[in-house]
Amino acid sequence: MSTTTEAPPKKKLSPRRRAQRIRWAQYALLAVVVLVIALVADWGQIQRTFFRTDLIKNTLTEGVGTALKNTVVYTAGAFVIGLVLGTVLALMRLSSVAPYRWIATVWIEFFRGLPAIIVFIAFGLLPLAFEGLVIPYDPYGTVWIALGLVASAYMAETIRAGIQAVPPGQVEAARSLGMPSGTATRKIVLPQAFRVITPPLTNELILLVKDSSLVYVLGLSATGYELTKYGRQLSSDNVNLTPLVVAGFCYLIITLPLSIIVRRMEARQKKER
Amino acid sequence: MTTSATRTAAPVVEVTDLHKSFGANHVLRGLDATIHQGEVVCVIGPSGSGKSTFLRCINLLEEPTSGSIKVGGDEVTDPDCDIDAIRRNMGMVFQQFNLFPHLSVLSNCTVAQTTVLKRSKEEAEAKARENLEKVGLSDKADAYPAQLSGGQQQRVAIARALSMDPKLMLFDEPTSALDPELVGDVLSVMRRLATEGMTMFVVTHEMAFAREVADRVIFMDGGNIVEEGAPSQVIGEPKEERTRVFLQRVLDPTHVDPGAEDTAYAKRHEAESTADNFVKPMDTHGHYGGGAGLG
Repeated sequence: MSTTTEAPPKKKLSPRRRAQRIRWAQYALLAVVVLVIALVADWGQIQRTFFRTDLIKNTLTEGVGTALKNTVVYTAGAFVIGLVLGTVLALMRLSSVAPYRWIATVWIEFFRGLPAIIVFIAFGLLPLAFEGLVIPYDPYGTVWIALGLVASAYMAETIRAGIQAVPPGQVEAARSLGMPSGTATRKIVLPQAFRVITPPLTNELILLVKDSSLVYVLGLSATGYELTKYGRQLSSDNVNLTPLVVAGFCYLIITLPLSIIVRRMEARQKKER
Repeated sequence: MTTSATRTAAPVVEVTDLHKSFGANHVLRGLDATIHQGEVVCVIGPSGSGKSTFLRCINLLEEPTSGSIKVGGDEVTDPDCDIDAIRRNMGMVFQQFNLFPHLSVLSNCTVAQTTVLKRSKEEAEAKARENLEKVGLSDKADAYPAQLSGGQQQRVAIARALSMDPKLMLFDEPTSALDPELVGDVLSVMRRLATEGMTMFVVTHEMAFAREVADRVIFMDGGNIVEEGAPSQVIGEPKEERTRVFLQRVLDPTHVDPGAEDTAYAKRHEAESTADNFVKPMDTHGHYGGGAGLG
């Protein structure tokens, strides 16, 4: 005790002071990096490569509307198929009939384990393999089914988790009121399950929006182009990346609002709990 | 509360030699009981004694391992029996309320009426409001369960069950999950129900309620019915040693029984309650598959 008062040792920084210095260092590092990039980058070149105004205009007027619409239609159809099929698969996985569980499990593991692009390539080749096979609403039908199959596997797992998150007491209460099993599932379990899984399902939707870009392997005609294919085509025609950048921003127009909605829903659920 | 004349009334429930095992855990070891029309029967006993399982067997939320349960003359364990039809006549109130959180209070009381009894929306809502009035919550019809206190939720659960016009009400520890100051409201609703002549089967820890309202008290321990009779006798002057020990612990918890922890009673009680906990997840899982599957 007495030694410290006689000869105070070199003063150590208090934890708070130290944290403050580290924070300043972080700001300084950021400033340096930004400064270096601003000085080194060739802004004219960047603008000419990624943001050429005449090409932006071209891309927007030539048919970005159709491409955007196609992306939305491809995604929406696949989402509906995925949702319906996913719900059936989720109920099958929870079925008391063992073979249903096996079938659902194999299906889910198969389509989750496979790269989505392989499913698309396979669907592109189907009409060649089976002569006379016509998938209705071409090209939409093909895309919906291919993307829907992939989506169903992911959604089934999400929906299953949602169903299992509903307390068993809910089923007991419904059954003890005399509801048959099916009614209890439809009126009591599924509504609660879907409320829990709306945020993760919306995330699936965002993933689907992006996965819809894989349809390029189907060899579509120009009217079937979605955003990626459209942007890529224009980019290679003009040997410039601007159309692709525009297409990229179009994806953000779709996905950013969805992300915001998900965040809102999650915040609200947290509050309700 | 009711006169001895009710004893001669038709039996609503007849249980004979009921056994229930969860795996190796023999929870119910041969129960015989009868519930008559208009009678209030309270089941008391230490936790893990099987009293909740007993109650849950009556509406087949638990499948008995062996034995017979007749409800209104129908054998519920018979695979040909329409259990949904029997459950319609039997209200159930759970310890954890189990209200449907996605539905308003009113819809909680109408959903089974419209889907199961095929009542019109107007008829169902009128019935629901009548019963909400009865439990003193007519002003909460548009609220959601999460906005209510535990006591209010439990009263809604009672109104929900009553809206099906049941002939018998089962109560599975209806006040055990409530804050002490909220217990009274629920018990007074139940007391009123009893005076109106409802047939009630109540698993409870509320000795004062059992003593006051019950026509008959059943004391269970270790999966057996140890003692049965009028509340004044079973609670007031128990014949069996096990009943006495239990009542002493419940009615005078501060009383220290020298060497109580070493008695066979305490040991078995402990073993059973841990075994019970162990079994529960498997049980609920099994239930779940049956409830939500495609079949």
